[in-house]
Amino acid sequence: MVAYVLRRLAFLGLTIIITSLVIFIVTQMLPGDVARVVLGREAGDEALAAFREAHGLNDPLPVQYTRWLANFVMGEWGTSLSTRSEIYPLVMERLKNSLLLTGITMLIAAPLATVLGVLAGLHEDKPTDNAISIASLAVVGLPEFVTGLILIQIFSRWLGWLPPNSLIESGATFAEKWPMLILPAMTATLVLLAYIIRLTRAGVIEELGRPYVRTATLKGLPRHTVIMKHVLRNALLPTITVIAISFGWLISGLIVIENVFNYPGLGRLLTFAIDRRDLPLIQAVAMVTVVGFGLANLIADLLYAWLNPRIRLSY
Amino acid sequence: MLNIQGLSVAYEQNGVLLPAVRDFSLSLAKGQTYGLVGESGSGKTTVAMAILGYLRGEGRITGGRIEFEGRNLLTLPQSERIKVLGKSIALVPQDPMSSLNPSMRVGAQIAEGLRYQLALPKEQATRRTLELLELVRVPDPSRVARSYPHEISGGMQQRALIAMALGVEPELIILDEPTTSLDVTTQAAVLDLLRSLIHDKNTAALYITHNLGVVAQLCDRVAVLYASELVEDGETQALFQNPLHPYTKGLLDSVPRLGQNKSGYELPAIPGRIPALTERPPGCCVFAPRCPVAIERCFSERPILESAMGDGQIRCHRWPEIASGEISHAVKETFAPVKARTSTMGEGDVLDIQGLRVEYLVSRSITDAITNAILGRPTRTVKAVDEVNLSIRPGRTLGLVGESGSGKTTLARTIVGLVERTDGVVTMTGLPLPSRLSERDINTLRQIQFIFQNPEEALNPYLTIGETLQRPFITIGGKSRAEARGGARRMLEAVGLPVDYLGRLPGRLSGGEKQRIAIARAFATNPDLLIVDEPVSSLDVSVQAAVLNLMERLQTENGSAMLFISHDLAVVGYLADRIAVMYAGQIVEICSAETLSEFPHHPYTEALLHAVPGIAPQPLGQTIRLQGDVPSQIDVPSGCRFHPRCPRFLGQVCVDVMPPHQQMEDGNWIACHIPPKELQEAQERSYRGGGVE
Repeated sequence: MVAYVLRRLAFLGLTIIITSLVIFIVTQMLPGDVARVVLGREAGDEALAAFREAHGLNDPLPVQYTRWLANFVMGEWGTSLSTRSEIYPLVMERLKNSLLLTGITMLIAAPLATVLGVLAGLHEDKPTDNAISIASLAVVGLPEFVTGLILIQIFSRWLGWLPPNSLIESGATFAEKWPMLILPAMTATLVLLAYIIRLTRAGVIEELGRPYVRTATLKGLPRHTVIMKHVLRNALLPTITVIAISFGWLISGLIVIENVFNYPGLGRLLTFAIDRRDLPLIQAVAMVTVVGFGLANLIADLLYAWLNPRIRLSY
Repeated sequence: MLNIQGLSVAYEQNGVLLPAVRDFSLSLAKGQTYGLVGESGSGKTTVAMAILGYLRGEGRITGGRIEFEGRNLLTLPQSERIKVLGKSIALVPQDPMSSLNPSMRVGAQIAEGLRYQLALPKEQATRRTLELLELVRVPDPSRVARSYPHEISGGMQQRALIAMALGVEPELIILDEPTTSLDVTTQAAVLDLLRSLIHDKNTAALYITHNLGVVAQLCDRVAVLYASELVEDGETQALFQNPLHPYTKGLLDSVPRLGQNKSGYELPAIPGRIPALTERPPGCCVFAPRCPVAIERCFSERPILESAMGDGQIRCHRWPEIASGEISHAVKETFAPVKARTSTMGEGDVLDIQGLRVEYLVSRSITDAITNAILGRPTRTVKAVDEVNLSIRPGRTLGLVGESGSGKTTLARTIVGLVERTDGVVTMTGLPLPSRLSERDINTLRQIQFIFQNPEEALNPYLTIGETLQRPFITIGGKSRAEARGGARRMLEAVGLPVDYLGRLPGRLSGGEKQRIAIARAFATNPDLLIVDEPVSSLDVSVQAAVLNLMERLQTENGSAMLFISHDLAVVGYLADRIAVMYAGQIVEICSAETLSEFPHHPYTEALLHAVPGIAPQPLGQTIRLQGDVPSQIDVPSGCRFHPRCPRFLGQVCVDVMPPHQQMEDGNWIACHIPPKELQEAQERSYRGGGVE
């Protein structure tokens, strides 16, 4: 198992390096001259040339790339071209917020979707299953900005229970923050719900049909024991993996939701940066996303390998 | 103590009830082993599942009672039934690998039943589990108990399941084809085990199988099912010696037995196929369409179950005539021997293989391979085929016998070109044969054709039969579309299927019919060599003989040579001229099929012969059983590959030196250190009743 972990870590490193190359090349290919963007349209040629020299923009690309990557690893992420502030603290703050929202979403979505999925699978084609399946499919078809706006309408305008946006302050405590997290978390939950429910349901149905369930039942074990001790431990393996991967996706995939709710997360920062052609900021956020996604995938893989005896024992 | 009366089970399909079991009755006494014999669709598994209360969704009990120790299982409430099942009735299922929970250790799964049913505390349950594993002759029980199912072999998994079933000391044990997925030698060991355990514990057993030999070995009585009906029932030996029902007789006669060879014997085949669930009208004898002695009455009136001699039962209108010998109920249709086409190929071998080796590199992943290269560790190789020499003469059949891991399938695929060979010289009709399929020209492709094991997968489901049969004519034969159509029609006739099949899709054909199409396709362009890989293993028994006969006839008409691969020694013994026995990547013996049941043979072949369950009562000396498993293909044993398991192990020479090829007559040979004369004497003695010294 140790060899497996080391190997996966090595692959993660390789993935991050290759992706960083792609990010670098893509941002280099964006139209627009960095110098001009920063200094403004009226800047003279001399000022532009001096700027380029100062920022090493005339160096050959491989050199620029290596320098950028090395800086990234060391935490020197430079200054944002649009806000003129340090990138590192800015991104970290936003990352914290995104992680918070992701965590709360998962706390709601994971158990809820799993339980619903198991119930649907156990009662295949019966009313319970039909209700759950239809409801989740109906929801998954709606875009997040629609569901988000509907939720705001219901819970904020009509019922007045929750605030209509989620502009949290930098120094706010958790007690102050949490009411504003509920609506975006619920919206994100609805997105994930259908996916995880269907996957879990399929897993449960498949395992129920397997001969070893028959063996367990014929041993005289009561149904609930058969389900808990035998079926679930095999049926939920894919679900666990998907939940782990969803962490990675949520971190920056929440762009639309963050925009609907004005939530200061990583997704909003990325759109902000792209709007302003803020290259260093774009690169930094993209890299953070890649690392986050990679780590989430790694953990998902390792979790699966550990839980599945066939893989755990062969390495 | 188990009394089934008039059980009827139906499956619901589109609102219609289709009969799976009709009016089935059986009485099982304590300590008795009852065989339930039938093919696919006979209803034997349905009966078992009805007893266990595990009929899948669409199955419905439409009548009858199942009395177990006085209580009707069918009317018990679910909670009561579970109690009865767990404690008193156990199942040993068909596929051991999928019947075990892959995420739970084997010992824990066995102990679970014990703790629940017998209320044993954890420690005691663990101890009892180890005792049970010892009882089922598992070597190193504590290691097996700690293992997960995928870490132990199929034979051991099955033993674990037997341990699980016996652990709660049930009154009745139901076995559903428990040895079908196991190798012949493993199967023999497991059957021995079952026989002694059932005997010792005096458990009643219901043994479900399609294999008549196994029934003869294990069962006191046997019930024969055909297409949902019980057709005959009786004491095993009496029934097998004097089968009254035409189906039973046909079945017994159509299965090749060790010692029967095509050169002296024609294999009778039951015509037709098993009726599907929708083709079983209630008002007639269900076997009538295929019966050699059917009369009008058989098509208009369902025969009732009557008592026959002794305590047997028979469901047939004509049984008194059969019993008195007035009419013969043997199958009439045997094929007339065809004159062989004079070979246009001359005397040379069709296929000649020298020093063939097929090896694969083993490394877990790219990084593993790189690590090994850096550290200078030798790369491990899988030696699938290791130094094989063989040749096949024109028009002759070479049988290739081996169990899993022997390399026989790899060998076949290498000849065809699907697998690249590592070393060796292969010539086809005198010309060198390129290793890869892509390097061969059209004529070479035409020369070698392949018939696969699973007919379900061998035909393109989107092409009609006509299109499938036209393909070889067009792509390899270079014929025009019109000629191809004619050729397709000819081949269809040659395999005995009606012309209107040309427009059908494979999905509408039965397994046996699909295999006939595959055969037609293979023979379409007159191949010089036909390679068949287990062509009848996945077919029903009553259909196998017809397919074998067909292959033989076409082969003789075409003058093709054939390489026939199988694990079934009896089938190979029937169809082949010579037999090559493979073990762990090497050929250990080449012998004549006609003298298969005579000695001397390689010790491995001998063990195979002893392991085949035969219908006739076994000679007293059947004690040769192999221990252990087939060796890993990576760490092959030194010297003679068979030495760790050889019952006739000689000494250090077997470990150090590769055995020489002892030449016998007709170019046959045995790879063994023991001289043939000695082998012959010793083996004949064993067979007669001496065991192995």
